[in-house]
Amino acid sequence: MSENLATVAYIGATILFILSLGGLSNAETSRRGNFYGMLGMTIAVVATMLGPRVTALGLPWIIGSLAVGGAVGIYAARKVQMTQMPELVALMHSLVGLAACLVGFASYVDTSIVYTGAEKTIHEVEIYIGILIGAVTFSGSIIAFGKLSGKIGGKPLLLPARHWLNLLGLLAVIWFGAEFVAAHDVDAGMLALAIMTIIALLFGIHMVMAIGGADMPVVVSMLNSYSGWAAAATGFMLANDLLIVTGALVGSSGAILSYIMCRAMNRNFISVIAGGFGTGGGSTPVAAAGEQPAGEVVAVSAAETAELLRTAKNVIIVPGYGMAVAQAQHTVYEITKLLREQGVNVRFGIHPVAGRMPGHMNVLLAEAKVPYDIVLEMDEINDDFPDTDVSMVIGANDIVNPAAEDDPNSPIAGMPVLQVWRSKTSIVMKRSMASGYAGVDNPLFFRENNRMLFGDAKKMLDEVLVALKV
Amino acid sequence: MSLTIGIPREIYLGEKRVAAVPDVVEKWRKLGFGVAIESGAGALANFADDTYLAAGATVADSAEALYAQADVILKVRAPTSTEVVAMRPGTTVISFIWPAQNPQLMQEMAARQLTVLAMDSVPRISRAQKMDALSSMANIAGYRAVIEAAHHFGRFFTGQITAAGKVPPAKVFVIGAGVAGLAALGAAVSLGAIVRANDTRPEVADQVKSMGAEFVPVDYQEEGSGVGGYAKVMSEGFQLAQRATFAKQAADVDIIITTALIPGKPAPTLITAEMVKSMRPGSVIVDLAAEQGGNCELTVPGEVVVREGVTIIGYTDLPSRLAKQASTLYATNLLRLIEELCKTKDGRIDVNFDDEAIRGATVIKQGEITWPPPPPRLSVAPPAANAAAASAPTPAAKKSSHGHGGSGEPMSGKALAGVFGVSAVLFWLVGAYAPPSFVAHFTVFVLACFIGYMVIWNVAPSLHTPLMSVTNAISSIIAVGALVQVAPPLIDGSGDRPNELILGLAITALTLTAINMFGGFAVTRRMLAMFRK
Repeated sequence: MSENLATVAYIGATILFILSLGGLSNAETSRRGNFYGMLGMTIAVVATMLGPRVTALGLPWIIGSLAVGGAVGIYAARKVQMTQMPELVALMHSLVGLAACLVGFASYVDTSIVYTGAEKTIHEVEIYIGILIGAVTFSGSIIAFGKLSGKIGGKPLLLPARHWLNLLGLLAVIWFGAEFVAAHDVDAGMLALAIMTIIALLFGIHMVMAIGGADMPVVVSMLNSYSGWAAAATGFMLANDLLIVTGALVGSSGAILSYIMCRAMNRNFISVIAGGFGTGGGSTPVAAAGEQPAGEVVAVSAAETAELLRTAKNVIIVPGYGMAVAQAQHTVYEITKLLREQGVNVRFGIHPVAGRMPGHMNVLLAEAKVPYDIVLEMDEINDDFPDTDVSMVIGANDIVNPAAEDDPNSPIAGMPVLQVWRSKTSIVMKRSMASGYAGVDNPLFFRENNRMLFGDAKKMLDEVLVALKV
Repeated sequence: MSLTIGIPREIYLGEKRVAAVPDVVEKWRKLGFGVAIESGAGALANFADDTYLAAGATVADSAEALYAQADVILKVRAPTSTEVVAMRPGTTVISFIWPAQNPQLMQEMAARQLTVLAMDSVPRISRAQKMDALSSMANIAGYRAVIEAAHHFGRFFTGQITAAGKVPPAKVFVIGAGVAGLAALGAAVSLGAIVRANDTRPEVADQVKSMGAEFVPVDYQEEGSGVGGYAKVMSEGFQLAQRATFAKQAADVDIIITTALIPGKPAPTLITAEMVKSMRPGSVIVDLAAEQGGNCELTVPGEVVVREGVTIIGYTDLPSRLAKQASTLYATNLLRLIEELCKTKDGRIDVNFDDEAIRGATVIKQGEITWPPPPPRLSVAPPAANAAAASAPTPAAKKSSHGHGGSGEPMSGKALAGVFGVSAVLFWLVGAYAPPSFVAHFTVFVLACFIGYMVIWNVAPSLHTPLMSVTNAISSIIAVGALVQVAPPLIDGSGDRPNELILGLAITALTLTAINMFGGFAVTRRMLAMFRK
C-alpha cells in the first residue's frame, strides 16, 4: 500500500472516529457510534500494517501482540461489573499513558530518521512532552484506580507545601527539558529523559493522591483528557496526522467532561486539581464546623417506606454512589417495575456527579434494565419535585444537600443540587448519619418532611420490595 | 454490686398510678437490677403484690423499709419533703418533678445529695420518644377526656335512624391538636361523632385530617410553631380572629375539648363565659388545661361544675383515672430510660452527660442542680435565624463563593480579549519559528480540537460513561505509533539503530494498547446494549 493510500485510509478512519463520538449524542444512535469507532480503528490499524513503514518481518510480532492484548481486553470487558466501570476506565487510561511513554522512548532511540536544526529541536520537544504527559497519565490513573477500587483510601493526602513541591517539579522538568534538547548524543539525552520521567510519575501520583473521593468524576475525565493529549503528542513526534486528530478529539472530549463535572459541583478546575475538598487547605472556608443543622431526624422502617410508596402517585428516585456500592440497582428496578404496574409514575433524577464517573448512574440503571426514558437529568427533573409525593434518595448525600442553596457559608454553596426537599415527602436511605464525601452536614435529614431509612441500601430495598408485594 | 430499684406507694391524694407493672419488673430483673416494691403500691391500679412477687420483686412492708434498701427510686408524682428525707443520700430518683414549678423541692433534693431525673424534662428528640412519659400521659388524658364527656353528655355520639326517630350525631370541637388533642380526636371519631379541630400550628392540619376529623383554620396569617414542636403565644390580631372562630364553633357544637398549653406559661383563655352561654344546654366542655388555670374562663380545677346549663369538667387527674393503662405506659417509659442508663446490662446505672436525652432529663446530679440543661439541639432552627446567619457571611467566604460561582457565567469581555491575545502571540510564535511540517500538523491539531469541542457538547449526559470508554478505546490509536516502530524501515538511514530495544518497547506498547482497544470497544458495546426504552 502506498503512502497516499495509507493517508486516505487515515482520513477515512478520522471521519469514522468523529462520527463515532457524534453517534453518542443519543441512546438510539449510540450503538452505531461504537461500531463506527471499531471500524475506524480497524481501518487505521490495517492500513498501517500494510503501509510503507511496516515490513513483513514485523507482522508476526504485531499479530501476536494484538492477539494477546485483545484477548486480555475482551476478557476484562466481559468480566467487569458495571459498578466497577470507573476502576476499569481508570486502569485503561493508565495503559494509554504507559504506551505513550514507551513509544516516546522508542522514538527517541530510533536513529533511522534524522532531523536537523529546528526540526530536530521540535522533534525532541515533542518526544519530551509526549513522555511527560504519558507518565503523568500513567501514574495518575494507577492511583485513581487504587482509590476507586478502595485499595487506597479516598481521603485526600495533603503533603505540606504541596503546591511548592509541584512548582519545584515543574521547574525541574523545564530545566531537564533544556538539558535534553541540548544533549549531543542519545546517552546524554537519555539521563535527562529518565529523570524527567521519574518526576512526572511522582507528580502524577501526588496530584491524584491529593484529590478527595467526591472529586473522582473530575479526575477520571481529566485523565481521559490526558490520555488523548498523550496520543496527540505521540502523533506530533511521529508526524502522524491520524494520531494528532484522534488525540485531539479524545483530549477535548475529556476536557469538556471535566468542565461539565466541575460546573456540576460548582468548583473551578484549578481548585479540584489543587486538591483537598473541605479540608480548609484550599480556598474553601472552614464552615463545616460552623453551623450545625439542628432538628429531629425521623427514622422509618422498610414497611413504612413501602406504604409511602404505595400511596404515592409520583415518585422520583435519586440514586448515588451508595446504590452502586450496595449493588442495589436490580432491586431498585424490581421496585420500579412493581410500582409502575400499579400506575405509579416512577422516574429517576440523576445528578451529573452522582457516582464516581460521569454517567455512572445511568450505566448502572441501564444494566438493571431501567428504561432510559424515565431516567432524567437534574435540569430536566428539578422543577417536578413540588408535584412529587415521594422522593427516594438511595445512597446519595451531597447532591441533595439544601445547604448548597441556602447556606452561603457551606463549602458546597452554589453547587446545583436535586431539590428533593420540595417534594411532599423525601426518604433518605443511608447506612448512618455520617456526612458525605465533602464532609458537609446535610440539613435535609432534619427537614420535617424527610424520613430516614437506615441500613444497607440493598437489604433495605429488598425489605421494601417484600413489603410492597404483600 | 447490682443496684436495687425501689417503687414506693404513691401518697398523693387520689393518685392511683404506680411506677412499675409486673411485666416491666421482669425486664428490670433481666437487666441485672434487684426490684423492691412497697406493699400495696399497685393496688389502686389493679396490680396485686403477688403479681410483683411472681415477676421477681421483693415486697417491703413499709415505706421506710423500702427507702432503706433502694438505690434507685421510681415514682409517678414528685416526692414530698417527707419522702425526700426518708431517702438515703446518694439515691437516684426518677419521677415527674416539674423543676420550674417546684424550686423548694429541688433545693431539698439537692441538699439530700440525690441524683434526680425528671420524666417531664426528657428532651423532645426522636431518639427519646420511647421515654417521653408526657406524651403517653397526654394520650391517655385525651382518650379519657372523650369518655368523661360522653359520661356527662346526655346523648349518643353517633347519629342513628331508629324506629323511635332520628338521632343527630354529636359535634365535637377539639382545640389544640397535640398528642392529647389527637388522641381525643381519634376517640371521638371512633364513637361516631362529627369532629372538628383547631390548632395554631398550621402543619398539623394533615394529621387532623388523617384521624378522620375536619380542620377548622383561623382566618389569619401567622405561624404558630414554637421551639420543640410546642405552640407559642400568638399576636393580638390572631387572638381576635381565633376568638371569633371559636365563638362560631361554640354556638354550633355539643362538646368542646380544650388542650391548649404553652410551655412555662399559664394556659391561654380561649373559651369565654359568653361562649359558654351561647352553647346549647346539656353541652359539655372538658378542659385538659385545668391544672395550668384552664382554657375556659369558668373551669374549676379538679371539679365538675355546671354553668349556664353546660357541664365543665376540670379534672386534673385524667391519666390516674385510667390507672392500669397509665401505669403500664409509664413503667414502659421508665424501662426505656433505665435501658439507656444501663447500657452494660449489669444492674448499674451511668448518668452519662454526653447522651443528649439523659443530660436533658437529669435535673440534679449528686446534689448539684443541673437544671435547666444547656439549650439542646431540639428542633429545626426557625427559618428567620437561618436567614440571619446567611446574610452575614465572612468576607473570606464571600470572596471564595464568588470565585466558585463564576464558572457558569459567560466570560467577560476583558477575559475574552486576554485569551485571544495569548492565542495570537502563541500562533505568531508558531508561524514565525516552526518548520513548515510542524505548522501543517499544528493546523490539523487545532482544527481537530475544535471538531472535538463541537461534537462532544452534543453527547447526552446519560451516555457520559460510554463516551469515556469509547474515547478511551479510540485513544489506543497510539497503537499506530507502536506499529510503525516494530520493524526497521526499508530505507535504513543509519546503521546503529537499536532494533531489539525498539522492538521490545513497541511490542509492549502494542500489547497494552490492544488491551485498551479491544477491551474499550467491547465494554462500550456491552454498556450500550443495556440502554433500552
